[in-house]
Amino acid sequence: MNKEPTIQLIDVNKTFGTQHVLKGVNLSIYEGKTIVIVGESGQGKSSIIKHILGLIKPDSGKVLVYGKDVNRISKKELKDIRSNFGVLFQNAALFDSMTVFDNVALPLRERTSKSEQEISAIVNEKLEMMDLHESNEKFPAQLSGGMRKRVGLARALALNPKIVFFDEPTTGLDVAKSNEIYRVFFRTQSKLGYTAVIVSHDVPKIFKLADYVALMSEGVIQDSLSPEDFQTSDNPAISDFVEKTMGRIYESGQVEG
Amino acid sequence: MFLLRFSETLGSHFLYYVNQAGRMGIFLFLVIFNMFKLPYYKISNITKQIYSIGTLSIFVIIFTGAFTGMVLALQGYTTLRKFSSEGLLGSAVALGLIRELGPVLTALMVTGRAGSAICAEIGIMRNSEQIDALECMAIDPYKYILAPKFIAAIISMPLLNAIFNVVGIFGGYAIGVGLLGLNKGAYFYSMYKDVEFNDIYMGLVKSFCFGLIMVWTCSAKGYFVHLERNGGFGAEGVSRVTTSAVVLSSVSILVFDYFITSLLL
Repeated sequence: MNKEPTIQLIDVNKTFGTQHVLKGVNLSIYEGKTIVIVGESGQGKSSIIKHILGLIKPDSGKVLVYGKDVNRISKKELKDIRSNFGVLFQNAALFDSMTVFDNVALPLRERTSKSEQEISAIVNEKLEMMDLHESNEKFPAQLSGGMRKRVGLARALALNPKIVFFDEPTTGLDVAKSNEIYRVFFRTQSKLGYTAVIVSHDVPKIFKLADYVALMSEGVIQDSLSPEDFQTSDNPAISDFVEKTMGRIYESGQVEG
Repeated sequence: MFLLRFSETLGSHFLYYVNQAGRMGIFLFLVIFNMFKLPYYKISNITKQIYSIGTLSIFVIIFTGAFTGMVLALQGYTTLRKFSSEGLLGSAVALGLIRELGPVLTALMVTGRAGSAICAEIGIMRNSEQIDALECMAIDPYKYILAPKFIAAIISMPLLNAIFNVVGIFGGYAIGVGLLGLNKGAYFYSMYKDVEFNDIYMGLVKSFCFGLIMVWTCSAKGYFVHLERNGGFGAEGVSRVTTSAVVLSSVSILVFDYFITSLLL
């Protein structure tokens, strides 16, 4: 990890009302790598993503993307930085009055000068990648949760972004649908080579995707380690989290064998 | 203790409303700035909004316009007859509609029909992270969602007002001439004689301003639904903010009506 980080959070603090959620978060994310941020609910994992996206401003600290502080740059510079982003929101955030096709085509229509024919070819390619090519005339309300997430991912990847954010990509999906999302992730990342920032609860399965796992606990990132090192870490917060999420369900060793 | 709590509450309310006013002012500035910023819009974005704000309001405008003209004729005839001036009914109906009732009632009807829809649509987009999604795609919501609605409202409102006035005048004609037996030449002649360009200009200025007020208050309320004092989340939050947008818009229209009239008279 000698290279400069693509994304860097330095001592980021944020308070919502009376709740001090981020208490000096430090985190580095490197190009082409996948980082998974884990932690219990309400710890501020999604807030970290929103800070990087420039949707929330920190009370103090810096959020650097490609070396630029997203809170101290002009609107145009922020727009330029965001043009490298693709985001899969927790609830997919699809435009409910548009068809699947139009949802995926939107960034292409608004951000490029491609002809409708070129846009159609790209959208169909992305939808095929997600096994959604037969649903392009449907509206989001007519899709299942897993399909909606795949449309969200197709839209996030429409402009071949350099960094893709996944906010709880499998929350609310059953095991089969979650695996489907993971397969799509594997397929697209190996093809497009983007940097991925994933916030997830799906431990330990999500470790299979990660180059690094970071634990968000007590308002700070406890550490960012490879999945193997994470599981054997001496950090009490990490070992406690590993024990809670991956430990035995039953108290008695005999029951579990 | 009571005084302290009272001044605390008063101060917090004051700060909240000052904050809200400032937010709405900056919002208006940003939308107007984006209306003129390159690249210009795809025509389809604006025509879609004109259809939704203007075309879909035509029926309700025709309906209310007709009945307003009819009741004006009925009331006007009864009053004018006392002074043996029934012949002035045409100008009374036309001036009442063109200068006052046309712009105000059109704006109130459009606020109820399209303003509430604008507020709810934007509020739901905010709550379901669709606006965040746009920003993350480097698409400016001020340019993509709001500016076309502003342009459509400013174009639609004067046109709807014109339809309201024409239908109202013919509604008055139906009652005055058809029902009450007034001479049809007298109805149109008095209108021709008394209605001046300034009256039409005043109506136009009013409907333009009311269109701006309607789309400004309704879209700003929806856009900032998440910053509402009593929590603007979920269906209840959107419904509450939609109600307050319609009330604020209607009251502002009536208040500004007075000021515009006093300026232009």
